[in-house]
Amino acid sequence: MGDLVKVIIDNIEIMVPPGTTILHAARMIGGEVAPPTMCYYSKLEDSGGKCRTCLVEVSKGSEKDPRPMPKLVASCRTGVMDGMEVKNITSERVLKAREGVTEFLLINHPIDCPVCDQAGECYLQDLSYAHGKDKSRFDFQKRVFKKIDLGDKIQLHMTRCIMCYRCVFVADQLTEKREHGVLDRGDASQIATYIEKSLQNDFIGNVIDVCPVGALTDKTYRFKNRVWFTKPVDAHRDCTNPKCCGEVRLWMRGDEVYRVTGRIDEWGEVKDASNGKPGWICNECRFEKKRVSDWVIEGPTNVNRHSVISQGHYVGLQKPQEPLPKVLHGRDPKILLDIHDVSGVNKPNIHLSELKRPAHSTDFEK
Amino acid sequence: MFLNFDFIYDMGVKLLLEKAHVEGIKNYDVYRREGGYRSAEKALKTMSPDTIVEEVKKSGLRGRGGAGFPAGMKWSFIAKPEGVPRHLVCNADESEPGTFKDRYLMEYLPHLLIEGLIVSSFALGSNDTYIYIRGEYAWIVDILEQAITEAKNNGWLGKNILGTGFDCNIHVQRGAGAYICGEETALLESLEGKRGNPRIKPPFPAVKGLWQRPTVVNNVETLCAVVPVINMGGEEYAKIGVGRSTGTKLISACGNINKPGVYEIDMTISVEEFIYSDEYCGGIANGKRLKACIPGGSSVPILPANLLLKTAKGETRYMNYESLADGGFATGSMLGSGGFIVLDEDQCIVRHTLSLTRFYRHESCGQCSPCREGTHWMDRIMRNIEYGKGKMSDIDLLWEVQGNIEGNTICPLGDAAAWPVAAAIRHFRDEFEWHITNPDEAQKRNFGLAHYADPFLNITA
Ligand SMILES: Cc1cc2nc3c(=O)[nH]c(=O)nc-3n(C[C@H](O)[C@H](O)[C@H](O)COP(=O)(O)O)c2cc1C
Ligand code: SF4
Ligand code: SF4
Ligand code: FES
Repeated sequence: MGDLVKVIIDNIEIMVPPGTTILHAARMIGGEVAPPTMCYYSKLEDSGGKCRTCLVEVSKGSEKDPRPMPKLVASCRTGVMDGMEVKNITSERVLKAREGVTEFLLINHPIDCPVCDQAGECYLQDLSYAHGKDKSRFDFQKRVFKKIDLGDKIQLHMTRCIMCYRCVFVADQLTEKREHGVLDRGDASQIATYIEKSLQNDFIGNVIDVCPVGALTDKTYRFKNRVWFTKPVDAHRDCTNPKCCGEVRLWMRGDEVYRVTGRIDEWGEVKDASNGKPGWICNECRFEKKRVSDWVIEGPTNVNRHSVISQGHYVGLQKPQEPLPKVLHGRDPKILLDIHDVSGVNKPNIHLSELKRPAHSTDFEK
Repeated sequence: MFLNFDFIYDMGVKLLLEKAHVEGIKNYDVYRREGGYRSAEKALKTMSPDTIVEEVKKSGLRGRGGAGFPAGMKWSFIAKPEGVPRHLVCNADESEPGTFKDRYLMEYLPHLLIEGLIVSSFALGSNDTYIYIRGEYAWIVDILEQAITEAKNNGWLGKNILGTGFDCNIHVQRGAGAYICGEETALLESLEGKRGNPRIKPPFPAVKGLWQRPTVVNNVETLCAVVPVINMGGEEYAKIGVGRSTGTKLISACGNINKPGVYEIDMTISVEEFIYSDEYCGGIANGKRLKACIPGGSSVPILPANLLLKTAKGETRYMNYESLADGGFATGSMLGSGGFIVLDEDQCIVRHTLSLTRFYRHESCGQCSPCREGTHWMDRIMRNIEYGKGKMSDIDLLWEVQGNIEGNTICPLGDAAAWPVAAAIRHFRDEFEWHITNPDEAQKRNFGLAHYADPFLNITA
C-alpha cells in the first residue's frame, strides 16, 4: 500500500489509500457525508455510475491541479486525488441535482408502497424522504409492465424497477456466464426474462437482496407480513454448498421464520461472512430453510434506530419477571381463551411462514 | 498567364471532394491514377509513426465527428504498454439527424478512407483496424469491402506493407441501428458484441478501449483528412481556414434550401454566403424567408435567423468552430458534425423540437436516470404543447427538466437531448406560448416568421 492521500469532504479531512473512490472516502467519514447510492454495490464489479444519486461537486481537483471539475461527478466511480476537495451536502448544486435525480427515479415508479413487500427496507423510499419533492410534477400515465415470475421463487415486478443493473451484475458474476438481462432502450428498457434461465443457478436468489426497490421479491415471503412486524435475527448453518457462506438473517415473528436474507450492512450491501467468504447465500438457505431448527441462532440483529424495522426492536430489552407462577405458588395459569382458535384472522392450521408460495386471501378465510 | 484568384476563392479549396466526381473513382485503378495512395506511400516509406503524429498535430486538424477535439493530440494520448495491441476504430455510425457527409465520403471515395486508415493505423501502431458502420448503410459495406480487397491485392494492406514490416488489416462491422452506438465507448461495447451502453469514463479509450486495449476512435471525415495533411504537410494544411478552424470541413446541408447536399468549405465563408450563394445552398427554397437553422446536427442549439447570420455583437457569423460558437449557449451554437438544417418561415419550431425530443427519447440507452426518464418526460410535455394540450407552466417545467438532465449524465447524449429544447425555449418562447394560448389555431396554422429575422437587439441588463 502506498502513502495515504488527503481528501476533504464537506470540510471534513480524511486520509485514505490511493485509488479509493470519493464514495468510499465519504463512507469512512460516515453519516450524512456519505452520498446516497441506488446502483453502486461494492461487491459487484462494474456496478455504479448509472443512477446519478451519488453525484458530488469536486471544488478542487488535487494539490497538483487545483482546478475544480466542471461537472458534478459520480462519487461511486471517481477516484480521489491527493488534496482533493469535495462538496456533498454542502453544495447547492449537488442538492439540486439530487432532487432532480430523485424526481426522475420517481416519475415512472408506481409508488405502490402500501402493497409492496419492500416497503420499510426500500432505498427509494429513503431517498425520496430525504431528497424528494412533496408533490409530483409528472402529469402522465406511468409506464407499466406485466409481472413476471422468474421461476417459482422470485417475482419480477418491472414496473417498480429503477434500472440500477445490480441484478444484471449478480446474474453475470454469481451465476453461469450471462451477458446481461436488459432489453430495449431508453424508458422502454427493461430487465428481461433472460435471467429466468439463470434461475437454475444456486445463487440467483441474491438478486432479491441487491434490488434496492421492490422489483425483485421473494415469492415465499410475498404478502405474508410487513417487514417492520418481523424481527431480524442473525443465524447460520453448515451449508454444504461450497460457495455459500451460510450466514444469514432470519426475519421472524414469534417462532416462525418468514424470510431468509443475506446480512445487509449499513450501506445496504451484503457483508462478508466471518469465514471470509462473500456474504452471498444459496437458494437452499434462502428458500428452503424456514424452520428455527434449521439454524443456529446467534442473536438479534442490530438495527439502526432510525429504521422503521426498529419499531419491533428488542435488543437489550429487560423482560419483566413473569408474575403469575409466583402468585399462583408455582401453578401454571389455565388458558381460558386461545386467541388462535377464536380470532377471525386466519385458519389455525395454516402457518404462513411455511407456505411455499405467496399468501393468498383464501389463506386468511376461516 | 493570369491566375484567376477569384475563381479559386469562389470554388473554395477542395481537399477531400476534389475527385469525387471523376468517373470510376470508386475503383482502385482510377483512384491510384488520380494520385491516390500517395500519402500512404509517403508515410510508410519516409516517415516514422511519431513524425506522422507530429504532422497531424501541426495541421490543427480537429475531430469531425462533433466534439472537435484536436486529432493529433488525441493520437498522442494513446497508451503504449509493452506487448498490448493497440487499435484504431473508425466511427462510421453517422446517425445524427441532418448529418450525411460520411456517407458521401464512403460512397464516392471509399479508397480515400482506406488510405487515411492505413496512414493512421501506421501512426498509431494498429494492426487490426475497425470500421464500425451504421447498420442502415448496408450497401456501403459492400463498397468498403471491395475497396479493402483491392487495396490488399495491391499491397496496401495485409502483411509487411511496402516492405516496412508493418501489418494491417481493416475489418468492417455493421451496427444494428442505434444512434447511441455512435458514442465512442458505446461503439466499442457494441464492437465487442455487447449491448451498446456507453462506458463510464475514466478510463478513456486511449488507455482502455476495445477489449481493454489502448484505442483511438475517429470519425470518417477526420481520418480522410489525414490524407491531405500528409500529402501537403501539416503546416500547409493549417494555413487553410482561420484560427483554430484549420483545413476544410464537409457540411451536409438540408431542409428548406434550393440545393441540399454535401459541400466542402474552407471555414472562411460566412453563414449568409453559405446559405444564399449558388455555389452552396442556393438560397431558401420557393422564395421563402429564413426563420431558423441548426448549424451542426440535431444536438446543437437552434438559432433564429437574426442570431444565425450575425453574432449578438452584430458581427458577421462565419462557418467555423469559433464563430458559430460565439456567444456561448446564450446567443451562439456549434459547428458540431456539420449537419446544417435550414428552416423557412413556414416551419413550426414547436413541432420541430418535438421531433427531436422524440428522437432522443427513442435513442437514449436508458442506462442513467436523468437521460432515461428526462428524455421521456420532455417528449410527453412537448407532445402536449404541440397538440394543443399544453399549459403555460409546461414551458418552465421543460426548462427545469432539461436543466436537470444537462451535465448529470454518463454520456453526452443527455446534453444533446437537453440543448435543443433549451435553445428552442430560449429563442422561440413566444412561439411556445402562442401554441399554448391558441391551442386550436395552432393545429391549423403555423406561428410564422414573427420577429425572428429582425435585427437582434442585444439587451444587456
Ligand atoms: C450520442 C452520440 C452519438 C455520436 N455519434 C457519432 C457518429 O455517428 N459519428 C461520429 O463520428 N461521432 C459520433 N459521436 C462522437 C464520438 O463519441 C466521438 O467523439 C467521435 O467519434 C470522435 O471522433 P473525432 O475526434 O474524429 O471527431 C457521437 C457522440 C455521442 C455522444
Ligand atoms: S430489478 Fe431491481 S436490481 Fe434489477 S435493475 Fe431493477 S431495480 Fe435494479
Ligand atoms: S446519457 Fe442517455 S444515452 Fe448516455 S449513458 Fe445515460 S442513458 Fe445512456
Ligand atoms: S450510486 Fe453512483 S451513480 Fe448510482
